[in-house]
Amino acid sequence: MHAAASPPAATSEQDAAIVIDRVDKFFGNVHALRSLSAKIDYSRLTGLAGPDGAGKTTLMRILTGLLAPDAGCVTLAGFDVVKDNDAIHVASGYMPQRFGLYEDLTVMENMRLYAQLRGMDTGQHADLFARLLDFTRLAPFTSRLAGKLSGGMKQKLGLACALMARPRVLLLDEPGVGVDPVSRQDLWRMVQALTGEGMAVVWSTAYLDEAERCDSVLLLNEGRLVFDGPPSELTGRLKNRSFRLEAAGAQRRAILAEALDLESVGDGVIQGAGIRIVLRADAEMEQIQALASRVGASLTPVPARFEDAFIDLLGGGPGGTSALAEHLPPVELPSDIAVSCRNLTKRFGDFVATDNVSFEVRKGEIFGLLGPNGAGKSTTFKMLCGLLKPTSGEAHVAGLDLRRAPGAAKAQLGYMAQKFSLYGLLSVHQNLEFSAGVYGLDSATRRKRIEEMIRIFDLHDWLSAAPDSLPLGHKQRLALACALMHHPPVLFLDEPTSGVDPVTRREFWTHINGLARKGVTIMVTTHFMDEAEYCDRVAMLYRARLIALDTPDALKRGAASTDRPDPAMEDAFIHLVETSALADEVKAGA
Amino acid sequence: MSCHDFRTMLIRLHAQFIKELLCILRDPRNRVVVFVPPLLQLLIFSYAATLEVRNVDIAVYNQDTGREAQEFVWHLEAARFIAQVHHVHSNTALREQLAQGKVIAAITLPADFSRSIAISGSGHVQVLIDGRRSNSGQIVMGYLSSIARDIRFTADTLPVPETSIAVRHWFNPDLDYLWFIVPGLTGTLAFFSALMITALSIARERELGTFDQLLVSPASTLEIVLSKSLPALVISTLLAFLMIAMAIWFFRIPFTGAFGLLLIGLVLFVLSAVGIGLVISAISMTQQQAILGGFVIGVPTVLISGFATPVENMPVLLQWLAQAIPLTHFLIIIEGCFLKALPPRDILDHLWPLAIIALAALPMAMIFARNRLQ
Amino acid sequence: MKDAYARENSVTVRRFDPARFTALVRKESLQAMRDPSTLLIALVLPLILLFLFAYAVSLDVRHVRIGVVLESSGAVAQTLADAFSGTRYLDVTFAHDRREVAGKLISGELRGYVVIPQDFERHFANTGKPLVQIITDGSQPNTADFVANYAQGVVQNWTASLSGSIPVPAIQPEPRYWFNPELASRRALVPGAIAIIMTIIGTLLTALVVAREWERGTMEAILSTPASVLEILTGKLLPYFALGMLSTLIAAALAVFLFDVPLRGSLCALLVLSAVFMMPALGQGLLISSLARNQFLASQLALFSGYLPAFMLSGFLFEIDAMPAPVRAITWLIPARYFVSSLKTVFLAGDIWGVFIPDLLGMAMIGLMFFLIAQRYTRKNLE
Repeated sequence: MHAAASPPAATSEQDAAIVIDRVDKFFGNVHALRSLSAKIDYSRLTGLAGPDGAGKTTLMRILTGLLAPDAGCVTLAGFDVVKDNDAIHVASGYMPQRFGLYEDLTVMENMRLYAQLRGMDTGQHADLFARLLDFTRLAPFTSRLAGKLSGGMKQKLGLACALMARPRVLLLDEPGVGVDPVSRQDLWRMVQALTGEGMAVVWSTAYLDEAERCDSVLLLNEGRLVFDGPPSELTGRLKNRSFRLEAAGAQRRAILAEALDLESVGDGVIQGAGIRIVLRADAEMEQIQALASRVGASLTPVPARFEDAFIDLLGGGPGGTSALAEHLPPVELPSDIAVSCRNLTKRFGDFVATDNVSFEVRKGEIFGLLGPNGAGKSTTFKMLCGLLKPTSGEAHVAGLDLRRAPGAAKAQLGYMAQKFSLYGLLSVHQNLEFSAGVYGLDSATRRKRIEEMIRIFDLHDWLSAAPDSLPLGHKQRLALACALMHHPPVLFLDEPTSGVDPVTRREFWTHINGLARKGVTIMVTTHFMDEAEYCDRVAMLYRARLIALDTPDALKRGAASTDRPDPAMEDAFIHLVETSALADEVKAGA
Repeated sequence: MSCHDFRTMLIRLHAQFIKELLCILRDPRNRVVVFVPPLLQLLIFSYAATLEVRNVDIAVYNQDTGREAQEFVWHLEAARFIAQVHHVHSNTALREQLAQGKVIAAITLPADFSRSIAISGSGHVQVLIDGRRSNSGQIVMGYLSSIARDIRFTADTLPVPETSIAVRHWFNPDLDYLWFIVPGLTGTLAFFSALMITALSIARERELGTFDQLLVSPASTLEIVLSKSLPALVISTLLAFLMIAMAIWFFRIPFTGAFGLLLIGLVLFVLSAVGIGLVISAISMTQQQAILGGFVIGVPTVLISGFATPVENMPVLLQWLAQAIPLTHFLIIIEGCFLKALPPRDILDHLWPLAIIALAALPMAMIFARNRLQ
Repeated sequence: MKDAYARENSVTVRRFDPARFTALVRKESLQAMRDPSTLLIALVLPLILLFLFAYAVSLDVRHVRIGVVLESSGAVAQTLADAFSGTRYLDVTFAHDRREVAGKLISGELRGYVVIPQDFERHFANTGKPLVQIITDGSQPNTADFVANYAQGVVQNWTASLSGSIPVPAIQPEPRYWFNPELASRRALVPGAIAIIMTIIGTLLTALVVAREWERGTMEAILSTPASVLEILTGKLLPYFALGMLSTLIAAALAVFLFDVPLRGSLCALLVLSAVFMMPALGQGLLISSLARNQFLASQLALFSGYLPAFMLSGFLFEIDAMPAPVRAITWLIPARYFVSSLKTVFLAGDIWGVFIPDLLGMAMIGLMFFLIAQRYTRKNLE
């Protein structure tokens, strides 16, 4: 397979696409990579996983020759990344985190640019382009500007650009961020086809369900390699430690909080009406069994997941008690309905982004808005929190009409934007001051609340730092603190954990669960199906319409079939989308 | 609006105001860029912007050997505005010096110059002037004429009739150009500062995604626009203050007017510049568009305002347009306050146009900012 | 697949590859053409600026409003007053009391006034000299100077016409204005406008687009392709170079056909000068963007180090010779000063290579300096 390639390296290295040999990298005083050694093979999909700040992106940038290691050496396809820097760029394709696409160029223009930069002559274009367009299913959109594509389409275009001139090694930096399950499935299909052709693909990710699907995983933590091998090897260590508490019902959040505070429990997440528990190594089952029988839930063993192993390797997840929620007073609302919308419609010219959507969200409910990229999820979400004016229909928050009393309604909601949207030019403390002030808190309350938030979220050491210099987890805490400063009864979260590692994500959801128990209503959009499991109810949007609205368990049940008796949330998502698309086609045909 | 609502609104405004101020000034590099270059520019450009003529070179081709010719050359060499007199010995050399821009004027004294003075009492010299430097050339010609006029060779030449004309330059007896340019530059630099700071303000938040965060808060569009104008108002007013202080204590320009009225004028002027900047910012999708928009509006505005050349030299249409430009009015106010002790009534005549521009621009910014929300 | 790998091996890595370069240039051009603000700067701004320089920014004094205060009621005094109303450049307001006009001088309605006092007739009869006082508004020194000289001239001519003999000075200078016989200041200013437009395109626009590439993360993607830094930077600059040249051509055409400015030199010389001027202009933009990757900083730096010096220190409006020595020293570092000097020559005088060559050398040297510094900083940024 690789006979045609004859890099100047020794033949013994022939089988390894990438050889990393005792690599160190410093940024100032920060030791980003510590004596890292690993091999990455051809024809395989290698996952690069680890919590935020583990050194994933640094390693990726070294592999592409954008950064030079301070010690050690790296060879890619037989070329040294420092000495043969130019050859590296020929042998590898790289897709950076932010796509690297030119938003004001069309799909075709982007592809042509990268093709030419990789030294392909124009004669070969037509044939390869047709294949790539077919492969990425972007053919109908060749003349659309890249900036106008949805997140999933951007990722696919980014991949197509990185694939120009057939690199032997493909490096993808967090390609799964902001991509809906349908597009993600496409990405997997594409990558698997490539490895089948002999390419070495490195997929860096913070999502461990993605890592689990890789042939081999390099797990980084604090700059060190903590695991190297097939994911099953790591999950194998967790035999008989994963359980599911069934039928926990309405009390599941309280039970989870209690379970997580148990000494023997290392990790736990909500899955629909049930709870998934992972015990600590060598822990006894007594405690959890006692808890299960007390609340009348059944405890069944389930197979371990890679994520369980990962959290275990890092020493378990955070505890179950949210100091934040404990400080909040219970929410009082005049009615039991916290958020509602009736016949909500939004048109941009001829294009209908949201078509006649109605639903009601009860007080204290966690309500998820799901849908593929471009289904009208964001538009609906933005109308509900007053960022967009509906073309027709109405939206109420805490009983207040967003159109008639926008100021009063907005005072009732907290909002955490995608990528956190903190003021990068202000310090942490100044950000807190600002959000307290912009919601009109008087100075005594302001001082008290800020003190409180600093204590709860442990922000003391960062007060004068710039938000961008914060570790991701702290950044998320800060964003949450800012959104909750005025104790809103309704909290809007727009893809709150996009690109966030599992540990940080768990901490975040501990707070959210706590808030919901205090009666705070949570509205959340997400692409992350594990997150959808936390919701009480999920609204599925597709082609601007509401196609399903139910509990996660009911949605999963609806997707069950004989070949898949126990579908995951992701399967349910894809099932709903496919059935709806089919129904549309039938209607169009009739 | 109840008292409580009003108080919370003030709190919100205060928070946004602090945020805006910090966004501009927290980064030490920005702090330097906001204050230092304008002050440096005032220092350098004040000396640079002069329409006087000094230190020029001229060329002389003296074909005559007579005493009168020599005397004329001596007068030229002694003239204060001339740095050096180049002596050339051929017409070609003379023309070349002029064409290559080495001299601004080239003088030819014909061979019969002295003889002609002896016979008719008057001789001709040819002066070639570089028309590329049309304004300076005219001024040099004026200087040369007065040298020529003042030379007396013999007692019997007809005396030039004396006149009893007394010339007095009010407000600036020595016609010191600095007195004119420093107040004008102060206005121009403050205008650019306010325009650029505000032009970027909304566009930057839009690009970085924090604008949504602001829009979901209870702050109304009015509050957002107000809070974005205040910091620029404070910074640019402060900057103008520093420049006025430099004008008084460093450049030693007399300040004869009412300081309070100048201050009111300054605030209104900066506010109207801020309003224009906000309109640009509300229209722009990106920071780049905001910056370029600022240039496309800012540069012509300064040119029409009368900063570089008087408004009355312009065509009528542009003179009308100039009335809609805040800088035009402020230049009259600041120059009047410095040199002319401009009475309150005259200042008032230029204050209300500033107020109208500011009052028109701020709602426009609000409308554009809101329209972009769909 | 095998053929693909084989093909890849046949690719030799070159420092400069024309195909890659062309691709980068095409990309940049498409981006530039799609952004309305680029077109605004390249096409609309030149038109506005040329129009303003042709009509608004005029140093040629046309209509100066002055007052004539006729305090004397005599017939002779009246003829002097009439002499003022018949002039080309003065718009005269008559008054009989100087208090009437003093206020107008303060408010700026008048730029000066001439007082013909009560005892004018008596004094003139006794001495033969006209007794006149000229007051000007010194807050506008240029206009004040003009008013004083012009009014003096009017009085002198009037005196001479009365005595019947025009006195002849010993030396009579005969001025001839080369290159610009009509002395239209617009002819000298329009070339300056071109220099300013080119500075904005070259420096400001370039600084912004390079900063944008870093901000949006596309620089990283491009750097991971085989394209070299040299290709990336030159590929980025070439479209703006072309845009600047296009803008120059448009501005030159407008100047010649619409604003009546002659182009006495050759088009070729104009293009060579503009092309060489783009070197320091682009180099400065590149340098700014490599020093400051935030667009606010970049725009402020471009404003204060590029545009304003080109306006104030290039010598197109204000005479460099008249500046104090330290400021004159600074002007040597302003590329626009060389460009303005040569532009005026190529438009008004012709191809005088004695002017062009030193200017070209000056611009090239400054450009080289900017590029060398920018290159050093760009390299650092990659680490």
